[in-house]
Amino acid sequence: MQRFIILRLLQGLLAVFVISLIVFALSRVAGDPLAAILDDESGKEQIELLRKQWGLDQPLHIQYLTYMRRLLTGDLGTSFKWDRPVAELIAEKLPATIQLSAFALIITGVIAFPIGVLSAVKKDSWFDTGGKMFAILGQSAPTFAVGLILMWIFAVQLGWLPTSGKGGLRYMLLPGFALGYYNVAAIMRLTRSSMLDVLDTEYVKLARIKGIPEWRIVWKHCFRNALIVPLTYFSLILAVLITGSVVIETIFAWPGIGQLVIQAIVSKDHITVQAIVMLFALLYIGINIVTDIVYAYVDPRIRYS
Amino acid sequence: MTTTVQQTDSAVETNDEVILAVNDLRTYIFTRAATVKAVDGISFSLRKGETLGIVGESGCGKTMTALSLLRLVPRPAGRIVTGEIVLNGEDILQKSEDEMRDVRGRQISMILQDPQTSLNPVFTIGNQLREALGIAHKENKRSMLGRAVDALRSVNVAAPERRLDDYPHQMSGGMKQRVVGAIAMSCEPGVIIADEPTTALDVTIQLQYLRLLKEIQANTGLGIIFITHDFGVVARMCDRVAVMYAGRIIEQGEVRDIFNAPAHPYTQALINSVPKLEQRVGRLYQIDGQPPLLSNLPEGCRFAPRCAYASDQCLESYPQSYHMKDGHYADCWALDPAWQGTPIAEFIAPTGRTG
Repeated sequence: MQRFIILRLLQGLLAVFVISLIVFALSRVAGDPLAAILDDESGKEQIELLRKQWGLDQPLHIQYLTYMRRLLTGDLGTSFKWDRPVAELIAEKLPATIQLSAFALIITGVIAFPIGVLSAVKKDSWFDTGGKMFAILGQSAPTFAVGLILMWIFAVQLGWLPTSGKGGLRYMLLPGFALGYYNVAAIMRLTRSSMLDVLDTEYVKLARIKGIPEWRIVWKHCFRNALIVPLTYFSLILAVLITGSVVIETIFAWPGIGQLVIQAIVSKDHITVQAIVMLFALLYIGINIVTDIVYAYVDPRIRYS
Repeated sequence: MTTTVQQTDSAVETNDEVILAVNDLRTYIFTRAATVKAVDGISFSLRKGETLGIVGESGCGKTMTALSLLRLVPRPAGRIVTGEIVLNGEDILQKSEDEMRDVRGRQISMILQDPQTSLNPVFTIGNQLREALGIAHKENKRSMLGRAVDALRSVNVAAPERRLDDYPHQMSGGMKQRVVGAIAMSCEPGVIIADEPTTALDVTIQLQYLRLLKEIQANTGLGIIFITHDFGVVARMCDRVAVMYAGRIIEQGEVRDIFNAPAHPYTQALINSVPKLEQRVGRLYQIDGQPPLLSNLPEGCRFAPRCAYASDQCLESYPQSYHMKDGHYADCWALDPAWQGTPIAEFIAPTGRTG
């Protein structure tokens, strides 16, 4: 088990390195950041001065090394646009995003797993058909459309919930559901199909032969076995939620990291963009490692091999 | 050979010792395309401490018969259409699903074919055993542990205390099958169905397992229904045998009688296709053709299309059940006194093991 974890961590480190290269390269091909903050009247000397000040006159590999050295010491650089350390900006905005994502994740889990399991148990019933339609809608409607429609129904027409902004639980309901809906649909379908496979196995037959009540067969014998596939997806969506919040935060004016990155991209603030993309990448990798460890807990065959 | 015409029902004996009596059981599977008559009117009985073999080719309805006895026919497509299954004096087809849960495991249980897939991979075998026990006995954890250890010991698992914490994938196939047996027998059912329990095991382990079942039976008076396609295993294990073909029992009786004087041409052919050590043969006997589709059964005798002695009568209508002696029945027109075709005595000579 220990070896297993160490191996996963090493693989994670390698991935972080590769991603840092890609992120760096992408932010440099995206255009000259100076063009965004300086206007035509800026003098040539002024441009050169800024270029030097931010190290943009150095060859690319030197720039990368400088960037990595700072990154390792926790210095994410200073934003062109806001003229403040990026780390400070992120620390300010991240909690709101995590709050929203966690809420969306809870909504997803609470809705998707039970509906998926029940759809499999009551296969081809009206419940299953209803669930199928709910899922198709969620899979085909883009997040921003769901967000706008929800906002129109519950905030504009019914007036039950606020349209936008950050506050208590009431403010989280709409963006949380809009963010989670796509994943509810996906996890529901995955859970259903994986449950159907498990319900058909010999060990479930043996459990029935033992005379075990059906609810116990479903939740004890099947659910844990059926969990492997949706679990992979469930952990990945935590990361997708954080990155996906970019759109939803913009629609619902939620002051999180999504808004920050949009503004940074628009103003070609490549230092900020780089830092946030790196952060997203680290989240992805971290979550993947945690998932692998959870697997090993759920399925003893992984633990021992 | 006396051949008295009797009704199929009389295959069910009314004896105090009888713990299971099945009467005209029909289990159909309804698909959009057709109705599959997996079990189509079978009757048999099982006494205390007796082993009844159910023999037949793949797809003749053996496993569906077993699942019907537990009322575990895959739903919603499969359904027991008619019949009676009298277990310990009660017709279980009249019971509700809740009542059935008390029957399963405690009155009738089953050992599945493949030990590799019969145990849940994510729980320890101790957990799975205790669960089976826990349904029947509401006791404290400690005495349950003792019972689980006893259950493992009863199937000859070495060092059972240490085995309780093992996961199925840490055990060999033979060991797993013994654990499955322990689970099936943990609540001391009167009847156990063994559905080809040894096909997935290698030959030496097979023999061990069969001996173990016999031993447990001698100690507990368990009634065993042994489902197999292997007449060799039948000879070793069973007291009586029922031969199934295309959803029906076409012959049943004492193993000795069936081996020495098989009445149905299909039974004769089956026995002939068992390899014999004392006989040198170039090529094993095989029955030409294939069993009919259970979704498209012929009108008359179901074996007639493959039978060398079939007459027009055989193709037109299904034969009655004829009683030879001591509960030896067979469904074949050639047993009828009015039979015009090849006399049954001239069918393939009975080739039971000598003695």
